[in-house]
Amino acid sequence: MLDISVAYNRYKFLGHEFLTWLWYMIDTNPGELKKADSEMESLTIGNRIVLENHRHNRDETITIRGDGAGLEEGVIALTKGAKVTEMHLIFRSADLEWRFSIKGESLSLSSLKTPQTAKLESGEDVEGAVLEKIYLTERVANLVHNLYAQFINERVSSDWEKKTIYRIGSWVRGESGGID
Amino acid sequence: MQLLSSTLSLTRYRVEGKLAEPVMDTVREGLKNQVIRDIDNDPAAKSIGWTESGRPFAPDFEKAQFMFGTYMVFSLRIDKKSVPAKIVNKHLSMAVARRLAETEQKQLSKTEKRQIKDEVTNRLYTRVPASPNVYDLVWDYEAGALWFFSNLKEANEEIETLFAKSFRLSLIRMFPYTEADLACGLSDKQRDAVKQAGPAAFITGGAHA
Repeated sequence: MLDISVAYNRYKFLGHEFLTWLWYMIDTNPGELKKADSEMESLTIGNRIVLENHRHNRDETITIRGDGAGLEEGVIALTKGAKVTEMHLIFRSADLEWRFSIKGESLSLSSLKTPQTAKLESGEDVEGAVLEKIYLTERVANLVHNLYAQFINERVSSDWEKKTIYRIGSWVRGESGGID
Repeated sequence: MQLLSSTLSLTRYRVEGKLAEPVMDTVREGLKNQVIRDIDNDPAAKSIGWTESGRPFAPDFEKAQFMFGTYMVFSLRIDKKSVPAKIVNKHLSMAVARRLAETEQKQLSKTEKRQIKDEVTNRLYTRVPASPNVYDLVWDYEAGALWFFSNLKEANEEIETLFAKSFRLSLIRMFPYTEADLACGLSDKQRDAVKQAGPAAFITGGAHA
């Protein structure tokens, strides 16, 4: 395998493409994302998205934040060639809700809020609470892993060059609709 | 327990290698050998070691219960002291002046200055209490997976080093390349395709030149 730090820097772009693809999928084909978690009710973009554009020697960062913020600026950035580098997501399953941010270059999660675990009444409750929290964390860790696996399988398929890139391009330009 | 707090950060790792059986005893031994060392009233500026998640300031891995179901849960603790440079400089100036007066010299050699600086920093660090940071981890030994509840560069570098030292196992951080190469079930041909991949251009179509 490649040297870890070399691989980290050299393939950051895969993480950025993953998050851009994820936005595209959330917008155009959310049902397909249920393959990542069969009990998924919804996966939506939350209150923060960061895009970066390094094309044509530009070094541009666009951050959109705030509940209910429109994503129009993000779409404009995409049309100029930017890619998503960080994204806040809301994952719902049954009556449960997870909120978290994912960073493309590291696939690390931050601001992770899992559904609440039962309140601790005594020291004996700790084991149950820990196991419940592990289960809730595992759901979101598996979700991210499965979404990325879905992306990377498409990324290395012949469809990527022939179809997906053009479809994402059309979506960015608003030709296939779906962006508010 | 950090794991039970309402907001978390998470870095995912893959654990490469196997421990000597019985695994629990091997892990307990590794934790005991690298347990955090208290550095209050000690001149050390930094201490890194394992601690119990439930009792981070009184770890006792002889008795600690760190198995929860099939998961191991324990913590990395990093204790650090910091003394503002202005305070170090003040005490250094005072110590240098004292030494010059005692020895009736006009100036000190580089070695003497270095020695005085070491004495001053040791004295100051002994008086300053360490500031602790505790980061939980969850290790699923059978699955070879570990979650570390921090994204801080320093904390992640320290856990990678301490984990290797304690258990002689490698922690591989999961980021776009390693996740694709090791965890997505790709064929050799697909893994090669990942290795050869370059950034895509969604707007013009195809790959960037």
